[in-house]
Amino acid sequence: MEAKLNGKAWKFGDDISTDLIAPGRLFHLRTNLPELAKHVLEDADPEFPKKVQKGDFVVAGSNFGLGSSREHAPTIIKLAGVNAVLAKSFARIFYRNGINVGLPLLICDTDRIDEGDELEVDMSAGIVKDLTKGIEITFSPLPDVMIKILNDGGLAAHIAKYGDFNLD
Amino acid sequence: MGKTIAEKIIGEHAGKEVSAGDIVIVSVDVTAVQDGTGPLAVQQLEKIGLVQAKNPKRTVLFIDHAAPSPNKDLSNAHNILRKFSKETGVVLSEVGEGVCHQRLVETYVNPGDILIGADSHTCTSGALGAFSTGMGSTDVAIGIALGKTWLRVPETFKINVTGKFNKGVYAKDLILYVIGEIGADGATYKALEFTGETIRNMTMSERFTLSNMAVEAGAKTGLIESDETTKAYLEEKGRGDKFRPISADGDAVYERVIEVDASELEPMISAPHTVDNTSTAKELAGTKVDQVFIGTCTNGRLDDLGIAAEILKGKHRHPDTRLIVTPASQDVYLQALKAGYIETFVKAGAAVMAPGCGACVGVHQGILADGEVCLATQNRNFKGRMGNTEGYIYLSSPATAAASAIAGKIVDPREVL
Repeated sequence: MEAKLNGKAWKFGDDISTDLIAPGRLFHLRTNLPELAKHVLEDADPEFPKKVQKGDFVVAGSNFGLGSSREHAPTIIKLAGVNAVLAKSFARIFYRNGINVGLPLLICDTDRIDEGDELEVDMSAGIVKDLTKGIEITFSPLPDVMIKILNDGGLAAHIAKYGDFNLD
Repeated sequence: MGKTIAEKIIGEHAGKEVSAGDIVIVSVDVTAVQDGTGPLAVQQLEKIGLVQAKNPKRTVLFIDHAAPSPNKDLSNAHNILRKFSKETGVVLSEVGEGVCHQRLVETYVNPGDILIGADSHTCTSGALGAFSTGMGSTDVAIGIALGKTWLRVPETFKINVTGKFNKGVYAKDLILYVIGEIGADGATYKALEFTGETIRNMTMSERFTLSNMAVEAGAKTGLIESDETTKAYLEEKGRGDKFRPISADGDAVYERVIEVDASELEPMISAPHTVDNTSTAKELAGTKVDQVFIGTCTNGRLDDLGIAAEILKGKHRHPDTRLIVTPASQDVYLQALKAGYIETFVKAGAAVMAPGCGACVGVHQGILADGEVCLATQNRNFKGRMGNTEGYIYLSSPATAAASAIAGKIVDPREVL
């Protein structure tokens, strides 16, 4: 993973459920993830799939990703080109899933970031720079096991590499 | 130092003593996926050349979310699961057999087990004294192939419930109340442990309703100690030999203790669009309802259908209100037939569906029109949940749902009981 990520912020509120990220009405697209990704987060913001550019960030409030265990939700956020999701907190299953599919999830105070702000995330330093506002926000480090999985490119890649868990 | 139920079960499966906050590799006893998450799990294993199952007899692929299939894409997805079952010898639960969580408690999960399932309501089996938790497709795929996973040992919230329910108040009202108190993310990363005299006096079905909704407070699982009621349930299901007592130590350490007096509770409702948006049925009385849905892993069991049937017997749904009833499993369906409940529902004007997740997932069998209101016995009322972001979902007990179907609007069920 690159140490520094640059892109634009797209802002969402609290309690963005997996139903809003990857809706149940599109259940039949779950075996066609590139097609499902064309609808990512559209039930939260209908324009988002058209607006999002490769390298952008999803910036949200608390409890991002609550609800269903569908791993398709973080997968299509990643497929849409999103660099990382920044939120005040994440629902538990989504948090595991995001790391498992290689999508960085950063817990930080997102109140000061506005839609359209240019962000630079320094993964190793644990700092989000809002270049538009000229402010720095620190994010909580991931647990070591999750850093290992993320650095291997996700859980499937981790297991493929070692043939087993190698998290010590 | 004393241990919580979560610490005990995880410790046994990690082969060492553990405490909240530890991160460990554990063996898993039961793994499960459903038709929304299973195809991706299979594809992940195929991608890394690991098409295998460590414990095929206790690995179950459930076709329940879109069953029978409403379109060809999902029919093809179902076939990915059927093929994997043939290749590896894992169990396939076919169209019509029922909702995964109900099937898991009926047939597969025992006290002291660790179950990981690619469905968020996998926490349901916690009521058997098993550490059961929802994960995504890849986590469960690796669990299927290797028979293990990694877990962070959760801190536990103890929910101590005393007192008797008043007439018209049920386990569903209790759990909606508790989630309203804790908040939709108030227990994120934590385990809930339900205990106290009210829980000890509950049937297994009522306990499943509580554990099922632990995730709606953000929790990893909802645990209940195994006791004589658990034992009798396992005996009834033909696996009494699998019973073992699991309980927390008296000096276990809890992050938070929440006391609830069941005798003070009223029939509760979660209003759109979050489960913690709770009110009493009385406060919301009069809200016009277009569709009532009785079923799901939360409240689609025999006693739930019995409570609804008692209210609907000899009555008819309101002409402007549709009524959909979906038994949680074939076992429940057969018993409901014998008890006469199904006849009561049909005569009351209900559409009775095949066992499965039905309308709850928003795939088929009851998608709302723009602006419509559904009162459902399910566990989730998120925007878009029932297939339309312009729909409004309220959650309640089967009694409130049945009484409201007759009235065509939300009513307090105590008015008809």
